[in-house]
Amino acid sequence: MIKLVWLVPLLPLIGFIIIGLFGKKLSKGIVGIIGSGAVLGAFAIALGIFFELKGSVQKEHTIDLFNWISAGKLSIPFSFLIDPLSSLFLLIITGIGFLIHVYSTGYMSHDEGFFRFFAYLNLFIFFMLLLVLGSNYLIMFVGWEGVGLCSYLLIGFWFKNTAYNNAAKKAFIMNRVGDLGFLLGIILIFVTFGSIGYHDVFEQAKNMASGNATLTAIALLLFVGAMGKSAQLPLYTWLPDAMAGPTPVSALIHAATMVTAGIYMIARSNILYTLSPDAMNVVAIIGVCTALFAATIGLAQNDIKKVLAYSTVSQLGYMFLALGVGAYTGAVFHVMTHAFFKALLFLGAGSVIHAMSGEQDIRKMGGLKKYISTTHITFLLGTLAIAGCFPFSGFFSKDEILAHAWEHNKLLWFLGILGAAMTTFYMFRLYFLTFHGKFRGTHEQEHHLHESPKSMTIPLIVLAILSVVGGLIGIPEALHGTHYLEEFLSPVFESSSFRLVHHLSHETEYLLMGMATLVMIVAIYFAHSIYVKKNTVPAAEGEELQPLHKLVYNKYWIDELYESLITKPLNLISEAFYKLVDNQIVDGIVNGVGSLITWLSSVLRLAQTGNIGFYVFVMVISIVLILFTQLF
Amino acid sequence: MITLLLIFFPLLAGLLLLFVKGPQVKNIALGAAILEFVIAIFALSQFHRDATTQFEWNSAWIQSMGISFHVGIDGISMLLVLLTTFLVPVIILTSFKTDYKNPSAFYALIMFMQMALVGVFVSLDGFLFYVFWELALIPIYFICLLWGGEDRARITFKFFVYTLAGSLFMLGGLIYLYLHTSGTHSFNITALYAAGQSLDLVHQGYVFWAMFIAFAIKMPVFPFHTWQPDTYTTAPTQGTMLLSGIMLKMGTFGVIRWLLPLAPLGVEHYANVVIGLSVFGIVYASCIAIVQKDFKRLIAYSSIAHVGLIAAGILSMNAQGVQGAMIQMLSHGVNVVGLFFIVDLIQKRTNTREIQSLGGIRNVNPQFAVLFLIVLLGSVALPLTNGFIGEFLLLNGLFQHNAWMAAFAGLSVILGAVYMLRSYQSIMLGETNAATASFAPLETTEKAVLIIICSAIIVFGVFPKPLTDICSPAVDQLVNNVKMALGK
Repeated sequence: MIKLVWLVPLLPLIGFIIIGLFGKKLSKGIVGIIGSGAVLGAFAIALGIFFELKGSVQKEHTIDLFNWISAGKLSIPFSFLIDPLSSLFLLIITGIGFLIHVYSTGYMSHDEGFFRFFAYLNLFIFFMLLLVLGSNYLIMFVGWEGVGLCSYLLIGFWFKNTAYNNAAKKAFIMNRVGDLGFLLGIILIFVTFGSIGYHDVFEQAKNMASGNATLTAIALLLFVGAMGKSAQLPLYTWLPDAMAGPTPVSALIHAATMVTAGIYMIARSNILYTLSPDAMNVVAIIGVCTALFAATIGLAQNDIKKVLAYSTVSQLGYMFLALGVGAYTGAVFHVMTHAFFKALLFLGAGSVIHAMSGEQDIRKMGGLKKYISTTHITFLLGTLAIAGCFPFSGFFSKDEILAHAWEHNKLLWFLGILGAAMTTFYMFRLYFLTFHGKFRGTHEQEHHLHESPKSMTIPLIVLAILSVVGGLIGIPEALHGTHYLEEFLSPVFESSSFRLVHHLSHETEYLLMGMATLVMIVAIYFAHSIYVKKNTVPAAEGEELQPLHKLVYNKYWIDELYESLITKPLNLISEAFYKLVDNQIVDGIVNGVGSLITWLSSVLRLAQTGNIGFYVFVMVISIVLILFTQLF
Repeated sequence: MITLLLIFFPLLAGLLLLFVKGPQVKNIALGAAILEFVIAIFALSQFHRDATTQFEWNSAWIQSMGISFHVGIDGISMLLVLLTTFLVPVIILTSFKTDYKNPSAFYALIMFMQMALVGVFVSLDGFLFYVFWELALIPIYFICLLWGGEDRARITFKFFVYTLAGSLFMLGGLIYLYLHTSGTHSFNITALYAAGQSLDLVHQGYVFWAMFIAFAIKMPVFPFHTWQPDTYTTAPTQGTMLLSGIMLKMGTFGVIRWLLPLAPLGVEHYANVVIGLSVFGIVYASCIAIVQKDFKRLIAYSSIAHVGLIAAGILSMNAQGVQGAMIQMLSHGVNVVGLFFIVDLIQKRTNTREIQSLGGIRNVNPQFAVLFLIVLLGSVALPLTNGFIGEFLLLNGLFQHNAWMAAFAGLSVILGAVYMLRSYQSIMLGETNAATASFAPLETTEKAVLIIICSAIIVFGVFPKPLTDICSPAVDQLVNNVKMALGK
């Protein structure tokens, strides 16, 4: 199976080509089957690879395809690496990807761009697979920018809408800021190690001293890339806007897979980070700040998808916190559980929006539990999972992260648990406002309320099951379980293991778990008393808000800040370059030289009088001068 | 022999075209250009992938002055000959839906131009190089002057005088080196190399600036670029394509073949100044591109940005930089022709190039939207397009010279996305308007051109090896020779 790994990305690529070229002539049913089938096929092979790898002693397989780029001593093969980390990501991408493809056959069934949607989705899966399969940084970069392109295309999927197009453009450009950092990081890796293959780089890096300045520079440059793709401070503002895309896109790309690429990158490069404590601290601090910052914004949003978007930014922050404190397994664990419950929540939101005839404002929902019961139950399970309720999947991954944070620095733990409390609160706020209380929409909407088709509810059910039990592969020792995931991933993080020793006593762990659970219960209680008992509905548009509320509601005016700090000055500078420097100064000098020569010629022309006497006179004078100089 | 054929076949074809009347002149021109491409492919099939100069032809020309008709093809020349012979038929094909007055002269001039371009890329004699260099200017001058747009007389005149003035510096440099050749003076390239390398730093510095100014104007590099936006905008589409797709590469090629080995000390000494100018020019031109209203002028500025990176990569004088420059010359040639063709298609259908007055074309013509998008992605150097390979290698080469400059130059990665996506959105997305509502479908030849270009963009983005293999031995040798001359 491992030898067949090239088929994994190839299948979605073929799907993309067929649908892209002929999709217009095919029926929606066939397009759906090709699109989903390609990903299902890839999933099947990924499963085979996973089990083969699990059973074999050799945990690292490199499969060379062809020689891609060479120049001087730089040689970059197009080759894949199969190891526990990549094989796990293969499963997440193709597994969740397949479910979302199936869901989309229902969700997008009335859209005229149906075939285009599936073509883009297949292309996305292809690039995402390249990203995690590459055996060197440049292949990762190919996938990295490729998924960015697909994200651009899918955010702007409804391309007649200017706001959506702006969101798409913003996502691409902001990601490119990060990509530049990533690219420079790759080049610095080449300059330092003479190679950009993971194997060569990590083998050499192992022997370098901790705190080496070049390693720190590399780690930070790569992290800039991660900030862009995984929407961390300060490069996060594109992700909430990216919700302009169809909801399955938000679930697949902007929650479950693409945005976790930054975590994959750092987990992959773990040795580089382990050896740069400064970079690790930066990652942890940015992570925890993002987690808190986005959570506060999430408290005050009223668009169901925007709440989930800020929640995603916040959860990604947790994953970086995990990476920053050296909990590499914890970060990957949270990537996985988050993929389950966040995909579930987004798809659930999609089902709600579908039922509400396109409405996304939770102030206009309410009481939906009796109309769409499958969506309701699965959404509740997802909410409990993200809140970290025992024994749902989110509990285990979040617990692992917070335990490591505690060990590293108590303040990080405190901030983490504060964020967790907010997460629980805004998620239950969302849940109660949507599903409980009285229906607040129009009569027409009420009349239309209906449960989604099977193609949409079955993926919800599958994801709900995964969100509930997914955590069981990583039960901490304190609970007398086995951390299967840690065992499986241990070869990948082996060289970083000297920093990853777990010192916490079981009592401390119980205490931490107890604290987390207590905080969660308090948060649910508050959400319940405000939004169910008191039936509070968030202020309508235009109503005057408290200053603090207003600040959060307007997302701290960060977009406006960027507009006036970056976009406007850039335009001003550009105008000045064009109208002043280019047209006046540089071209002015060129034209000045031209005019000068014309003027000089016109002066010299005066000598050409046509008067023979004058010429003879000049000649005689010249001869005299020549003789004079020759003589003396 | 085959080198002579490559030079003189277009000349013969051009002369023949002058006597053809009627509508078939386009077809004959296309046929001749394709035949020339076939000859180039044949040459490629006979070409050994090593660092030697092959298909050499050396006959005395002006013996008393040590000038000979000496031509030959090494890996570097081979790639540029391929680029030229590939692009000329494509460029001719782009004109199939345009009816120019006096077509036989128009196409004959294109063929003459091709002769001179091939001549520049294969010359192994300094004087011959100069002759071809100047010869190339004449046909393009007439193409721009006779078939150009508004205000063409003034703009074309400026272009002509500016580049001619630059060439005079080069001629001075070449003669200076000629006078320093040992024994009986000669313009032979190896004699000139030896003469240049024997000079001390001060004198190599003179040679460096004399030659560099000529090349810098041709490319053009900031601040020698102000003739370019006007000329590109005013020239007829095919003229713009010849200028930007191929002629610009005379400048970058000149730096590789006629500057690095001629004055290595001078290059090393002034590299920071020149790279600084180029890198500043990258960001400067990218910024200016952002505020352009005319799409054709926007692409003209973006071309300054791209070529700035090529220049910076070459002057970094390492294998990655020079190899990247070679690849990027090809990619830029293909992509820029594609972009200018897209401008032409849009202008023909809507009578405007104003970005803001277009919109929604995708609704009417989704196929064109996809092809445009692919060309755009090549231009912003998305991985797996041809633009990425060159850009990555160039930034890599530049980084080894100076990491901060590479980081600054890298801003074009972001700015390029800004101006290209902005334009794409304004032109293609959103709702249609009066200008775009009846956007006519693509004609067969138009589709053919775009498909050829898009295929090249993707194929050479995924499999650049066949191209890099052609030139990498020659590039490595050149870089090593220069390093040896510097005593490294």
